[in-house]
Amino acid sequence: MKQFFKRFTEKLTEGLLLLSSTVTSLTVVLIVFFLFKEGISLFNEKPIETGYAVVINKNNNVRKISSLEIKDIYDQKITDWSELGAKKDSIILFRLEEISNYYTDEQIGENFEGLPNCLSRLVDSIPGVIAFFPEKYIDKNFKGKKLELEKVSFKEFFGGEEWFPTAQPTAQLGVKPLIMGTLWVSFGAILFALPIGLAASVYMSEIAGDRVRRIMKPLIELLAGIPSVVYGFFGLVVVVPLIQKIFNLPVGETGLAGSIILGIMALPTIITISEDAMRNTPRAMKEASLALGASKWQTIYKIVIPYSISGISAAAILGIGRAIGETMAVLMVTGNAAVMPHSILEPMRTIPATIAAELGEAPDGGLHYKALFALGCILFIITLVINLSVEYVSTRNKHQKH
Amino acid sequence: MFQLVINIKNISMIDEEKLMKSKKRNQAIAFGLFGFIGYSIVAILVAILAFIIVKGFSAISWDFITQMPEEGMTKGGIYPAIIGTLYLVLGSMLFAFPIGVLAAIYMNEYVKDGFVKKFIRLMTNNLSGIPSIVFGLFGMALFVNKLGFGDSILAGSLTLGLLALPVVIRNTEEALKAVDDTFRLASYGLGASKIQTIKNVVLPIAFPNIITGMILSIGRVSGETAPILFTVAAYFLPKLPTSIFEQAMALPYHLYVISTSGTNIEESRPIAYGTALVLISIVLICNLLANALRKYFGNKVKMN
Repeated sequence: MKQFFKRFTEKLTEGLLLLSSTVTSLTVVLIVFFLFKEGISLFNEKPIETGYAVVINKNNNVRKISSLEIKDIYDQKITDWSELGAKKDSIILFRLEEISNYYTDEQIGENFEGLPNCLSRLVDSIPGVIAFFPEKYIDKNFKGKKLELEKVSFKEFFGGEEWFPTAQPTAQLGVKPLIMGTLWVSFGAILFALPIGLAASVYMSEIAGDRVRRIMKPLIELLAGIPSVVYGFFGLVVVVPLIQKIFNLPVGETGLAGSIILGIMALPTIITISEDAMRNTPRAMKEASLALGASKWQTIYKIVIPYSISGISAAAILGIGRAIGETMAVLMVTGNAAVMPHSILEPMRTIPATIAAELGEAPDGGLHYKALFALGCILFIITLVINLSVEYVSTRNKHQKH
Repeated sequence: MFQLVINIKNISMIDEEKLMKSKKRNQAIAFGLFGFIGYSIVAILVAILAFIIVKGFSAISWDFITQMPEEGMTKGGIYPAIIGTLYLVLGSMLFAFPIGVLAAIYMNEYVKDGFVKKFIRLMTNNLSGIPSIVFGLFGMALFVNKLGFGDSILAGSLTLGLLALPVVIRNTEEALKAVDDTFRLASYGLGASKIQTIKNVVLPIAFPNIITGMILSIGRVSGETAPILFTVAAYFLPKLPTSIFEQAMALPYHLYVISTSGTNIEESRPIAYGTALVLISIVLICNLLANALRKYFGNKVKMN
């Protein structure tokens, strides 16, 4: 009996241990599930705020139109229905604020009780009208018809150059400016952090003495421990004003400020990983090089760096990954303008910063909310690719050594 | 062959001298540059720390860390934010530490090298690579909305706990790996079972390193902002949270809010510097403590 009890507890403990070790895998699966469930359902949505409708005259036989076309209509780039494949008739925009130009206050009523009727008559009387107002003003006797909108498409999402999810009448969900902003800021960061980081790791692993390294390494690891919001704050009060002054800009919150802060934040990752790789260079190889008359510097760039190149690439990839995913610091210093960037000295907005800045205002389950989850999916896929390529690079390194 | 070498040597004597010189010069330039860059990075770190410490020091007082914020957060202290961060750290560690340690024991002591181990390791690595804002999204979708915890300390702690889990697992695994196999074999030799060995031999030896890892992850968790943005953090609360289903203020979020979107950014700058200093102090203390522990126990274990 005692034996049985012992066996039982052993098995139980083992089960518990197994269960704990599956938590991380389970979390990844759950993250994928929730992220993509919300993110993909974006493409089932019409790009209009729930509770609102775009309405046209009932004789207008226009086909389904997309959010971009609606925007062009309201920007008056499209001025005739024939451009959208309907009968030729000039488009007349109607906004709810303009109702008093058409009807008197008495007709509308004190509590808008006459409003549905007025709207119905208005839409009926103007053949070329397009109107945007809350759905609750459409009653049973409404004489116009609701315009069919196309669902959010992949093409619109990835190809659109405007990110304005709360725009009316239709949301503009082009992620291109955000993706470009993310790439500009993170590649700017790597451009500056990689050479500096490599130089520092060469210094630490090959040149500096043991004592210097013992002091330097923990200090650089400490750099990794500083919270990103503190980096952001430092950037905001020091780097941003500095950039504004040096380049004589109207605002200092630019992609460059983000790149500098992200570069500093990526340094510890780059240095620790590439330093480890360099220190793994076999002593025999280095000594053989020195024995052939090469100087220490020649040995470094002809032997140590080529030998540790896969470790260095892993460091670079991870550094980029850290920069792409970083949220708070970027949010605080890049100015967050969701437009296509033309130079590093402009305000930019990255994907993580967009999520952080907008999720608080997006109603649960709405279009905006889903769009932000779709951004999360993009971010997740990018980091997954980065992780897998690091895995690939470092396993390749192991094979080389054998 | 030998003669040939000598001949070549004679011919190129002068060239070689030149070559040697340029070789030495290149090396001196490169080494000087690299050293300069290395020290510059340390200088950047020191500059950031010094800047925050100097600017924040004048804002910090006993009242600052024990009083509630006043007058639209331009005056008063940050007491509720400190308490909120404390709750979040405690909550996330209560969740991540046991699970992380158990998972690491399984990975290091039970599973043999093979597909399962590789798979779990891959997933753990992936989890640690996921950006913190994605954790925020996930925490909001699962804990806040799906499970209905709402914006609460519970939701925030769980989100932060998941974020810390890979760190705890990795640190614990390292600690367990450092335990020499002879200890295990000796224990088996005395007739102990696997669980007895782990409980009475492996864990006590690895314990200092495990604790060190936990302290480091506390440092990490206390500074994270993105995961708590939508799961727990409140802009301003006039009282302390009384249950785990309530919102709380937190230091990193507080710093973010008062430095970017307060009603009066200029006037609340001193508070921002003070908050940054408190935040950095927590991280520094965690790091120093971890290093000290490592050193202390390192010596002790060697003596045995």
